[in-house]
Amino acid sequence: MSSDLYCTDLVRRFGEHRAVDQVSLDVPAGSFFSILGPSGCGKTTLLRLLAGFDRPDSGDIFIRDQRMNTVPPNKRPVNMVFQHLALFPTMSVADNIGYGLKRRKVAAAERRKKTERVLEQVGLPGLGDRMPQQLSGGQRQRVALARCLVLEPTLLLLDEPLGALDLKLREQMKVELKHLQKAFGTTFVYITHDQSEALVMSDRVAVMRNGRFDQVAAPDVLYREPATPFVASFVGDNNRLDGEVLGVDNERVRLRLDTGGEVSGRPSSALAVGQRASLFIRPESMLIGADLPASFSRIETQLSTTLFDGANSRIETRLGERELFARLPQDGSVGDLQPGTTVSLGWEPQRATVFAEAQV
Amino acid sequence: MNRTAGKLSLLLLLTPFVLWIVLLVLLPHVQMLRVSFQVRESWDSLSWGVTQYSNFFAESYYWRTFIRTGVMSMLTTALTLLIGFPIAWYIAKLARGRARGVLFLACLIPFWASELVRTYGWMILLRESGLFSGWLQALGWVDGPVELLYNDAAVIVGLVYNALLFMVVPLVTTLDGLDDNLVEAGYDLGGNHWNVLREVVIPWAMPGIVSGCIVVFMLTLGSYLTPTLMGGKDSAWFTQQIFTQFITRFNWEQGAALGVLLLVLSSLLVWLGLRLTGQNLRKVLG
Amino acid sequence: MNTLHRLGLGLLATTWVISSVQADELRLLTWGGYAPDAVVAQFEEETGIDVQVTLSNNEDMISKLRATGGAGFDLAQPSQDRIIGVQRQFNIYQPLDMSRIESDLFQASMLSATRESTSLNGNQYGVPAVWGTSGLIVADAAANTVTDYTDLCADAVAGRVSYRLKRPTLIGFAYAMGEDPFAAYNDEGEYRAILEKVEAELIDCKPNVKTYWSGGDQLLALLRTGEVTAAMAWDAGGWTLNAEDASINFVAPESGALGWIDTFALPRRAENLDAAYQWINFVMRPEIAAQITNQSGNFTASVGADAFVRAELRDAYRASFDQDALDNINWYPPVPPGLEAIEGQVLDRIQAAN
Repeated sequence: MSSDLYCTDLVRRFGEHRAVDQVSLDVPAGSFFSILGPSGCGKTTLLRLLAGFDRPDSGDIFIRDQRMNTVPPNKRPVNMVFQHLALFPTMSVADNIGYGLKRRKVAAAERRKKTERVLEQVGLPGLGDRMPQQLSGGQRQRVALARCLVLEPTLLLLDEPLGALDLKLREQMKVELKHLQKAFGTTFVYITHDQSEALVMSDRVAVMRNGRFDQVAAPDVLYREPATPFVASFVGDNNRLDGEVLGVDNERVRLRLDTGGEVSGRPSSALAVGQRASLFIRPESMLIGADLPASFSRIETQLSTTLFDGANSRIETRLGERELFARLPQDGSVGDLQPGTTVSLGWEPQRATVFAEAQV
Repeated sequence: MNRTAGKLSLLLLLTPFVLWIVLLVLLPHVQMLRVSFQVRESWDSLSWGVTQYSNFFAESYYWRTFIRTGVMSMLTTALTLLIGFPIAWYIAKLARGRARGVLFLACLIPFWASELVRTYGWMILLRESGLFSGWLQALGWVDGPVELLYNDAAVIVGLVYNALLFMVVPLVTTLDGLDDNLVEAGYDLGGNHWNVLREVVIPWAMPGIVSGCIVVFMLTLGSYLTPTLMGGKDSAWFTQQIFTQFITRFNWEQGAALGVLLLVLSSLLVWLGLRLTGQNLRKVLG
Repeated sequence: MNTLHRLGLGLLATTWVISSVQADELRLLTWGGYAPDAVVAQFEEETGIDVQVTLSNNEDMISKLRATGGAGFDLAQPSQDRIIGVQRQFNIYQPLDMSRIESDLFQASMLSATRESTSLNGNQYGVPAVWGTSGLIVADAAANTVTDYTDLCADAVAGRVSYRLKRPTLIGFAYAMGEDPFAAYNDEGEYRAILEKVEAELIDCKPNVKTYWSGGDQLLALLRTGEVTAAMAWDAGGWTLNAEDASINFVAPESGALGWIDTFALPRRAENLDAAYQWINFVMRPEIAAQITNQSGNFTASVGADAFVRAELRDAYRASFDQDALDNINWYPPVPPGLEAIEGQVLDRIQAAN
């Protein structure tokens, strides 16, 4: 599979600060690629480099093997859906969509046909005469997409376009976006700070921190096998326990917790005996009860509270200074729990990941 | 009880405004309208008529001066817009923090001096024995002193300078509200500078452009000192004729008629301008 | 009675109270230089009367007094030719009581000339105060070319000329063209005919003119910088320049300088007549009148004031006027009503012509 977007060692400095620091990426044609990171991690700067609003200090950007570094934004086969959509408020929906076509000297009749078709494709047939202000949030979203997709760009950049929507609409649009991407077959590069958006829609996700990529992987790999403690804690919920390495073999590392007790997990890198380390275990892998298999690691915690949320119900417990979460199954397997009582928690060591603390 | 109090306080709040409008705007205009229809024979006898108005149309120099004033004012307005727009763009979009304030102040500072002082400033620069003439000679571009004052170009320079602030302020206000992303989207979708300016920026700034143009046009049309002092011997300005009628001819009746005509005709021009650009006053006033 | 009326009355009452409190005050409507600070101070010391000076010119005086029907000032100083016509049209002055004026202080010939030109229905409205002329201010460079008004249109001074677009220019040019406009004052048809010729001449002359001056300071600046070498203007301005630069002086034109006399006249609703008469008799004392001459550059109707005038001013005056030139002065007669409307149209046409 050829790549639509290929970048090597991109650097963008603002004074001493490196907003984008040695980033390389490779996005295959027709895929949905997300860049996930907290605000200030440099993901917007990276996107602006790709769109052409900004120039990298070093490194190269290739789109379909064409070097793009000095190509201005209006000459790149790239379009962007802005965070606040940036629909032209003085133009009707049809004029918004027709704007790009007009720039390509598409004849008026052809323009109208294309506009109508793309409006149909995004599920807004016949709304061409409306002004953007007359549309709902979700409809505006689709117009912003249609405005770009009608130009059939090689690459579509999306800058957290769902941020302004309310929760329910956001859930709906996530799925919709994924479908549209499949239907149009356009390569999407999507940036977001919302890990759920990234995980649901993407073929591949890059987790970005301090201008660098921590890990680039498929969503399930990212979730199950985080490469760094940052990825482990940023992508999905996670519990963290600190301690000292007691022993290592190929598959297992044993840890003495600072709060006492001994637990095991899967090492993510080479660890030495006596080294400080952190163990990460997801709430859904943390099981409640005393009668767990012998191979499981166990800890005794104080129950703080139970949080009922249907299938996502959890308990919050306390171990020393740390708050830990565990999934609370709603099948009645766990009896009535009272705050303040001692709760046994355990996990299969295979599901826990241990990182050297220096990496944190 | 509460509603009466509310009404009363509203009345009290409005009173100064209403007084101002009635005493200083409405009454003088009504009085001017009345005087403009009077025909005076001597101090104790007068009759009514439209002589003064027919004079305007019969004597070619009145309406020719008016057309001249109107055309020059439009030219001044267009030039002010051309010069003011980049300035406003720079202040609203490119300048940050302190620079913004300083630039705004720089536009404002000339208005700390009176129009007379500003005009004399330009006269010192432009006159034959003035600075520009001296520099041109020092640079060897001209052989002898050149007169840059006393022509229409000088008048327009002076008028544009006087009007610039009134164009820049509404433009900065509207451009300030323009989301940078809209401009970027304009480029991103394949537009060049001209496309983005024409299809994205100007439609957005239209209310500011129109209100700026109206203010500048009316201000220029009604200016007196600059055209009088900087204009050449041909540069008649309509307000000069009104002034002459009132002050040097004691012909208040003719002056009032010309004043009424200026008000009516300039309002007509503004209305026409609004129609032609497809704007309406309500939209412009926001 | 509505609120507006009440408010208006309130305002009027307030003004009345304020104005009646300061009864011993002389509100003088005059020209720049006619009430020097030293003279005002001396008058206030002698009489205890406060003097409020408002600077003005002929047109402005008429406008101000017309607006109030002759109120707001106790003494005005219009030119003698601008009194009866205006009085007939707008009724803004009141007759003088000649018994309260010390006529010995005045030059007799000037006093009688002014009596003739400011009398209406047997009442006298003005007594002479300051006199002067309009003529030419010429720099040495143009001295050989410009000896009369029409010489301003000569090619030799093209682009170096300035004059006002006002009635003295029309009249000066008419004289230089061999007409007698003052004689035609009361024959509207003839006057119109004369002005038509002048209009054609002034339109032809337009390319020669650098700019039409409108203020005294503006003209002095033009002459000082050499941007203009010949201009039609007042004698006093020429003498001021002569004091700075001997190569510039006032020249009485061959067809005669235009002589004007500024008077004392009483506004119809003057409030402090006593003070007004006191001021007239005070400033006509020779030593006081000389101070006015020194300040304004113009000579007064006071007898014997010449002895106290600055020597260089007297010399400049003598250089400009020999006896022939003095005899040749055309004194402005009173302007009949309606004349200014004709002149106004002529001036407008000249201004608008291309």
